[in-house]
Amino acid sequence: MLGISLREAAAAFRLGQLTPTELCRKCLAFIRETSFLNAYITVTEDVALKQAAEADLRFDQGKPLGVLDGIPFAIKDNFSTKNIETTCASQMLKGYIPPYNATVVQRLLDQGAVLMGKTNLDEFAMGSGSTDSIFGPVKNPWSYSKQFREKRKACCPDSNESSDWVITGGSSGGSAASVSAGTCYVALGSDTGGSTRNPACHCGIVGLKPTYGLVSRHGLIPLVNSMDVPGILARCVDDAATVLGVIAGHDPQDATTIQDHILPFTLPDVIDLSKLCVGIPKEYHAPGLSSEILSIWTKAADMMEKAGAKVVEVSMPHTRYSIVCYHVLCTAEVASNMARFDGLEYGHRADIKDSTEAMYSATRRGGFNDVVRGRILSGNFFLLKQNYEKYFLKAQKVRRLIADDFVNAFKSGVDILLTPTTLGDAAPYLDFIQEDNRTRSAQEDVFTQCANMAGVPAITVPAGLSSRGLPLGLQFIGQAFCEQQLLSVAKWFEKQTNFCPLVLHKTHDNGHIDKRQSKSAFSL
Amino acid sequence: MWLQMTATRCWRRLEFRRLLSVQFKVTVTLLSLSTGGTGGFTDHMVFAFQVPQSPTWTIEPDTSTQDCHVSAEVIDHLERLALVDFRNQDGVQRLERAIQFASQLHNVNTEGVEPLSSVLEDRALYLRSDTVTTGNCTELLLGNANTVVEEYFVAPPGNIPLPPQKDNIYLSSKSEDL
Repeated sequence: MLGISLREAAAAFRLGQLTPTELCRKCLAFIRETSFLNAYITVTEDVALKQAAEADLRFDQGKPLGVLDGIPFAIKDNFSTKNIETTCASQMLKGYIPPYNATVVQRLLDQGAVLMGKTNLDEFAMGSGSTDSIFGPVKNPWSYSKQFREKRKACCPDSNESSDWVITGGSSGGSAASVSAGTCYVALGSDTGGSTRNPACHCGIVGLKPTYGLVSRHGLIPLVNSMDVPGILARCVDDAATVLGVIAGHDPQDATTIQDHILPFTLPDVIDLSKLCVGIPKEYHAPGLSSEILSIWTKAADMMEKAGAKVVEVSMPHTRYSIVCYHVLCTAEVASNMARFDGLEYGHRADIKDSTEAMYSATRRGGFNDVVRGRILSGNFFLLKQNYEKYFLKAQKVRRLIADDFVNAFKSGVDILLTPTTLGDAAPYLDFIQEDNRTRSAQEDVFTQCANMAGVPAITVPAGLSSRGLPLGLQFIGQAFCEQQLLSVAKWFEKQTNFCPLVLHKTHDNGHIDKRQSKSAFSL
Repeated sequence: MWLQMTATRCWRRLEFRRLLSVQFKVTVTLLSLSTGGTGGFTDHMVFAFQVPQSPTWTIEPDTSTQDCHVSAEVIDHLERLALVDFRNQDGVQRLERAIQFASQLHNVNTEGVEPLSSVLEDRALYLRSDTVTTGNCTELLLGNANTVVEEYFVAPPGNIPLPPQKDNIYLSSKSEDL
């Protein structure tokens, strides 16, 4: 029952085969059972049961609010939720209770969706592993999959299961793990440089970053204002489209949302690729790309051409500098955004009474981790009067060249770009933490942050399993505000790949996960 | 004939480079056919071309000519501006590596390029009318503060700059280096 898609669950509600409360209780029980994944920071059990009971009533009366009524969802813990603690996985905001809901949260609640909890992340969404959280790292549910465990046993029989697990990717790792494990139907993440698509890819689910300006950022605690976008993590492309239809559109509280009237859309079941031109940006074969990703990327291009699409190579010459440019712009905006955390109005406050500055300094020293402090300091360095032009303005100029690469590719007749999402499959935790956060982000975000620089929409879709038994994904990048076309192509691809679903393998410590099938809609 | 037409279309619509790729593809196809290649193999040869089979760029060697050393004065200045500290020598090295990484940008020619600060620069963004829309939430907002008196946030005395750092390990080790 937990394995069905959002639409199937909605249909079951309508037919009376299932009630929102039954489904909610099942999800809550499964959240407890999989609590070792560390996907949730806060589980909002009482709120969820109350909401589900209200949804029950509406279905009894035959008046559901919409397609999301009664559907369990989760929210990354950097979206403000009224009366529910919002921490950003940082000491700085521990205990912070926002007095309002983020617009995207409110829109989901208005549709009757049931909030299961707030999910884990890298502190202030700075990272690509979901390993830098004060609540501890998130474990990838695929570490406990039949596919991974069997392969693991074959190659190193004496591996220690309790430490032998892989990362989810990040920074929305908790959201990805919650959807992948099947504890909710859809989750929201944020995507600044790939924070939705990267963990979605490593957890074998769909991750969508909409066009910048399509979805409201009001209530999303900002990282990089000019690139942040709320992202959608779902089990299948159709589910992502459904949620996008609910959260997209102008918000008076966010001046950067466009005012055009946005109509929700459904994706056709039969998709014709014959008029489609797919671009393969050659610079996305970056150093370090795994041979497995290269092989599925090649196969996907092959498949699309066989289905009638025109597949052409394109050149986006500034791609290699994109991650460097992102690094400068991100730290600069972080330096500015993190200035708000001073301990006076909310959050952590150090017990120093000598002077305001001394109190600020002690608060920030105790509230931020090394990664956040490091980015604040780098950002301040790039913004120094003597460095402003050399680094910050230079990066903004390079950003235009990167955005122009996209404009030129689409102008040349290409409708959609097909690229890898990541260099390889998910790294084991113990390997991942050998390098510092900046190095890891440069590796992990190399293919994803370009879409944020240009503001265009992008989606990652599961494409197969690696030899280690872990998910691999591919990314489609579309033109600004052309989500319908992007998602249609993604849905077509999803149908072809027949991605094998996550099958959780065995008891972990005191858990009872045993052959539980998290059958996803990928196989439908 | 069809190939020729395709090639011509490409010639008109796309750059010269892409025409070359079409020609290459044709050659590979013909080659495979003439050597009696199987369908699958031929397909592979053809489609493999669309996705480059080897990396198209290399990671830049460290720009060792670039001096990324940060002086003790700048470190002190940054800590005062940012109101966070480097904590130790590792923190300083982290900044130096970040600067070195960023210095790759200087390999890009940006002459005549305007800075891009927002991808929505070509749109008129929403401006709401200048009227009060929310309010009466004093208690709610004060509720999140650690220290309040009546309806005020409380701060320690202002206008006192941070005292100069005395026993700062990384700064002292830095000055020893100099």
